[in-house]
Amino acid sequence: MALTIAAASAKAETIEVTIEKLVFSPASIEAKVGDTIEWVNKDVFAHTATVTGGWEVMIPPKTSASLTLKRAGSFDYFCRFHPNMKGQMTVTSP
Amino acid sequence: MLIRSTTALAALFLLSTAMLAQASDKPSDPQIAHIAYTAGVLDVEAAMQALKKSKNKEILDFAKDMVRDHEAVNKQALDLVKKLNVTPEDNATSKALTKAADEERAKLAKLDGAAFDKAYVDNEVAYHKQVNGALETLLIPSAENAELKSLLETGLKLFQGHEQHAEHVAGMLK
Repeated sequence: MALTIAAASAKAETIEVTIEKLVFSPASIEAKVGDTIEWVNKDVFAHTATVTGGWEVMIPPKTSASLTLKRAGSFDYFCRFHPNMKGQMTVTSP
Repeated sequence: MLIRSTTALAALFLLSTAMLAQASDKPSDPQIAHIAYTAGVLDVEAAMQALKKSKNKEILDFAKDMVRDHEAVNKQALDLVKKLNVTPEDNATSKALTKAADEERAKLAKLDGAAFDKAYVDNEVAYHKQVNGALETLLIPSAENAELKSLLETGLKLFQGHEQHAEHVAGMLK
């Protein structure tokens, strides 16, 4: 148990979220503070990952954009251009 | 006033009869491609008018998003019809959509400032709602080609996103 925690806190991971046909996939992710989320946009449309009153990541067409998580908590995010695109992340302290 | 509302009613009637005529008489893939492409072009034209007339940042940003997205999806549509060797075919629904959009643009041309902004965004909500209804009930179920159907389904998600985005902008104007 102690070993698992030590290993987990030592290594930050990159978690990939694919955007295809206006869907975040997986829609829900679990991460730790220090991890990086990388959104891979396969659409020909620009998207955003936006937390109301919080951060926003712009993800241009056919490119990737990333964000390193600094705060623990549970966040709902959406695309500001297409608010029907929704995602969720739970970020725990390392 | 009476004449104006009669014209508006006639346009609405024409549109719904065109849609109904299509519903009983299933549109072909070349017609569906034409309707979907036309719907995109008309929204780009509406956005161009807003970019010329509005001074409101929210409206200008929204209009730019519409131009960018509809041009991108229409480029995909053109690539697809070329690949499938389909020639989009003009039809009653495309004509009714174009006529209604022309009339709306003429109406909006007479407005300025906040009155224009409100009328533009309200029409964007109504227009996307109408196109989404046609996509869901008529165009997607009628499409024979799987790739065309898939593009229309992506188009529906895109247009539904625009409808929500327009509703959000409308809410901010109040």
